[in-house]
Amino acid sequence: MEKVIKRPSTIPENAISGFCPGCMHSTVNKLIGEVLDELNVVDRTVEIICIGCGTLNLKYRENDQAVVAHGRACAVATGYKRCNPDKLVFTYQGDGDLASIGIAETIYAANRGENISVITINNAIYGMTGGQMAPTTMLGQKATTCPNGRDFNDVGAPVHMMDILNTLKAPVYLERVSCNTPANIKKTKAAIKKAFEYQLAGKGFSMVEVISNCPTNWNLSPLKTLEYMKEHNLKEFPLGVVRDRGGEIK
Amino acid sequence: MSRAFVKGGDAIAEAAIRAGCRFFAGYPITPQNEIPEYFAKHLPEAGGSFVQGESETASINMVFGASLSGTRCMTSSSSCGISLKSEGFSYLAAARLPSVICSVQRGGPGYGSIKPAQSDYLQATKAAGNGGFKMIVFAPSTVQETIDHIYEAFDYADKYRNPTMVLLDGVISTMMEPVVFPEPLTEEQVQAIKDSKTWALNGKKAGDKKKLITGGATEQSNMECAEMYEYWAEHETRAEEYLVEDAEFILTAYGTTARVARAVVDTLRKEGIRAGLIRPILVNPFPYKSFAKLDYSKVKCVIDLEMTIPAQMIEDVKLGVLGKAPIRTVLRSCGEVMTDDFALGGVKKIIEEY
Amino acid sequence: MKRSLLIGGFGGQGVMVTGQLLCYCAAEETEDKQVTFFPSYGAEQRGGTANCYVIISDTAIGSPMVDYADELIVFNNPSLDKFEECVKPGGTIIINSSVVDKEPTRKDVKTVKIPAIEIALKLGSPKVQNLVMLGAYVGYTGLLDPEDVKRTAEKKLGGKRPEFIPLNNAAFDRGWEIGHAAAR
Repeated sequence: MEKVIKRPSTIPENAISGFCPGCMHSTVNKLIGEVLDELNVVDRTVEIICIGCGTLNLKYRENDQAVVAHGRACAVATGYKRCNPDKLVFTYQGDGDLASIGIAETIYAANRGENISVITINNAIYGMTGGQMAPTTMLGQKATTCPNGRDFNDVGAPVHMMDILNTLKAPVYLERVSCNTPANIKKTKAAIKKAFEYQLAGKGFSMVEVISNCPTNWNLSPLKTLEYMKEHNLKEFPLGVVRDRGGEIK
Repeated sequence: MSRAFVKGGDAIAEAAIRAGCRFFAGYPITPQNEIPEYFAKHLPEAGGSFVQGESETASINMVFGASLSGTRCMTSSSSCGISLKSEGFSYLAAARLPSVICSVQRGGPGYGSIKPAQSDYLQATKAAGNGGFKMIVFAPSTVQETIDHIYEAFDYADKYRNPTMVLLDGVISTMMEPVVFPEPLTEEQVQAIKDSKTWALNGKKAGDKKKLITGGATEQSNMECAEMYEYWAEHETRAEEYLVEDAEFILTAYGTTARVARAVVDTLRKEGIRAGLIRPILVNPFPYKSFAKLDYSKVKCVIDLEMTIPAQMIEDVKLGVLGKAPIRTVLRSCGEVMTDDFALGGVKKIIEEY
Repeated sequence: MKRSLLIGGFGGQGVMVTGQLLCYCAAEETEDKQVTFFPSYGAEQRGGTANCYVIISDTAIGSPMVDYADELIVFNNPSLDKFEECVKPGGTIIINSSVVDKEPTRKDVKTVKIPAIEIALKLGSPKVQNLVMLGAYVGYTGLLDPEDVKRTAEKKLGGKRPEFIPLNNAAFDRGWEIGHAAAR
C-alpha cells in the first residue's frame, strides 16, 4: 500500500521546529519540504536563511543551507546563483529582514531579475527580538517600540514590498498568500511550487509573500490571531497574484 | 617574457582572473574604479560573473554567496567603502569562507580625501569588523608585487578558509609600472579548485548529511581560529630586512611608503650613514621578530614612515621594539604623497639629533 | 641615471598620453629600465587640470612622485603658475608657447619654447601638439631612441587611427629637432 501523506524527506522524524505553537512559520516550512520532494530537487537545492525567526529553520529542515547577515539574503543568493546557475536557490526571510534592513538588496535582486525565489513571512512584527515594530506593523498595532500603537504621523504606514517590486520590469512572478485557512494553505503551496518551477525553467525572479501571524508577540491565542489577521493584515495586504508573467517568458 | 606597462588597478583585476577568480562584486569608489571596470570587461570573457552591487554591503554579501559555491571570488573598495563592507568580512570569517579583499586606502576619517593615503592600517590588521577575527593582510609596494600578492592571496584564502586582504593605497592602484604577469590557471585547474572544496554547498545528495554554513560562532570555533592566528604568527610572517645588520638607524614602512624608505636608505648609505629598512610584506601577521632580533647596542633610533597622521603601524612597531630604542615618525596624510625628498629630509632631521 | 618629468595642462591636451608614451617606450622597448607613471586629475571630469609624473631610472624607483623634477612640460598658463616651483635648480621648463603666453619667473632654470600648435597646424592637425612636445622632450633629453618612441606611438595610437601615423611621426620629428637643437 502506498503512503499518500508522509513527512517531507527534509524534515526528519525527531526534528523540532522551535517555532511557537500556532505560528505559520512551521506550516510554510512543511510546504517547502513537500514542494522540494514533489519537484525532486533536494539534491540541487541551496537555501539562504535570514536572521530572524526564520533562522530557526537551520535545525529543522535537512537541505543545504546558509545562514547569512541580516537583510542580505538576496545579495548572497545573487552571488551563489551566478556561480552555480543549475542549482535551485531560494531565500527564506522575515519582513524586517526583507523590507527594512534588506530593502535595497531585495529591490535590486528583483530589478536585476536574478533567477532566484524569495519566500518571505510577513507577520507584522519583529518576532525573535521580542516584538518591536516592523515595516509591516499595522497602523494602531502596539509593539514594544510603538507602545501606543503605530502612528502614521510618526512612522508612516506599513510598507508594501509586493507593490514596490511590481513597479519594476524584471520580476516574473509575485504573489501574496496566507496559511490562515486550509484552502489558503493549498494556495501557498501552489505558489511556492510555481516560483520554484519558474526558477528551474530559468524564467527569473519570483517572490511569495506569506501573510502570517505571531501569537507570542501579538499577545493573542493562535485562534485569535486568525481573527485579527482577517480584520487587519489581510485587509492591508490583500491576497492574490500581483504579477505572473511566467507564460510570456520562454 | 616581455614586460607590460600597466596601471595598478588593471593589474590587480588581471592577476585575479589569472588566479582563477570567477566572481567579483563591487561598488564604485575612487581611487579603485579601474578594478571593477576591468572585471566588468574581462571577467565574462573568462566565464566568470561581474556584478555592480547596489551598495558596498550588498557587494560583499554577493561575494559571501559566491564563496558558498566554492568559486574563487573577490571584492575591492576604498576606506569608507571598506568600512561598509566590514559587516561582510566578519561574516566571511565566521563562516570560514575564502575570498580576497582588495583595500585601496585613501584619506580619512569620514570620506576623507579621494587621494592616496595609508589611513586604514589599524582597521585592516586589528579589527576589520566585529568579533575579533583576523585576516592575512598583504602589503605590496610595487605594481609587480601587487600582482604576485593578489595571485597568492587566493591560495592563502583557500588554504586557511578565511578572507584574505591585499592592502594598497591609491598610489599603487593609479600608477603604472612595468610588470610580468604569472601564467593564467587553465579552466580545468579553476574547476578542479572549485570541486576540491568539499565543504561548499551543492545540494544534499541522498544518504548524505546536509551542509550548513552560518555566519555564527561558538567558543569552540573561536578557539580554532585563535589557534590558526597563532600558527600564522609563527609560520607566515614575511618581511624584507634591508641592510639592517650594522644599521644605526632602522627605517620601517609598508606599501608605497616602503619603496620611498628604501630609496632613502640607499641615499643615506651613499652619504656614509648606516641606515637599514624593515619592510613588513605581510602587515598581519606582523613581523615582530624582525624588530626583536635587531642588535640594539647599535640601533640609535627606529624611524616609522607612514602616510597617515597620527601614525598607526607604530603600534605594532612598538610591540617589536619593546622600548629598546626610541621610535620616531615621518608622516604625511590625506592625499599628500610621500616623496623621496620629503622622507629624506624628515629622516635626516631626526638623525641629526642622535 | 634617474630622470624625473612633470607634465601639466588642461584635460584633453594629451598630457597623460604624452607621459604614457614615454613610459611605454622605456618599459617595452628596453629590458632593464625602471619606469613609473603617476597621474593626478582634478575631481572634475571635464575641463579641469591634469598632470602626471614620469620617472625613468636605471635603479629601483622610490616615490613615483617628486617634489622637484628634472624637467617640466607645461601645456597651459595655470600649469606654469602651479608647477614652476617644482623644477630642480638647473632643470628645464619645456613650454608649449602656442598656449602659454607668459615667461617663467625662475631665473635658475632653462627654458625651451615649442610653438606646438603652430607646428601641428602646419602639419595638418592641432591634435598632434602633444606629439610635438613629446618629440621636443626626447630630443632635449636624449633619454630614449627617437625611433623607439615613434614605434611605440605607432603601436599605441595607430590602432584606432592608422591614417594619423605619418602625421604623428612628422610632428614628433619636428619637435625632436627643436628639442635636440636647444640641448646643444
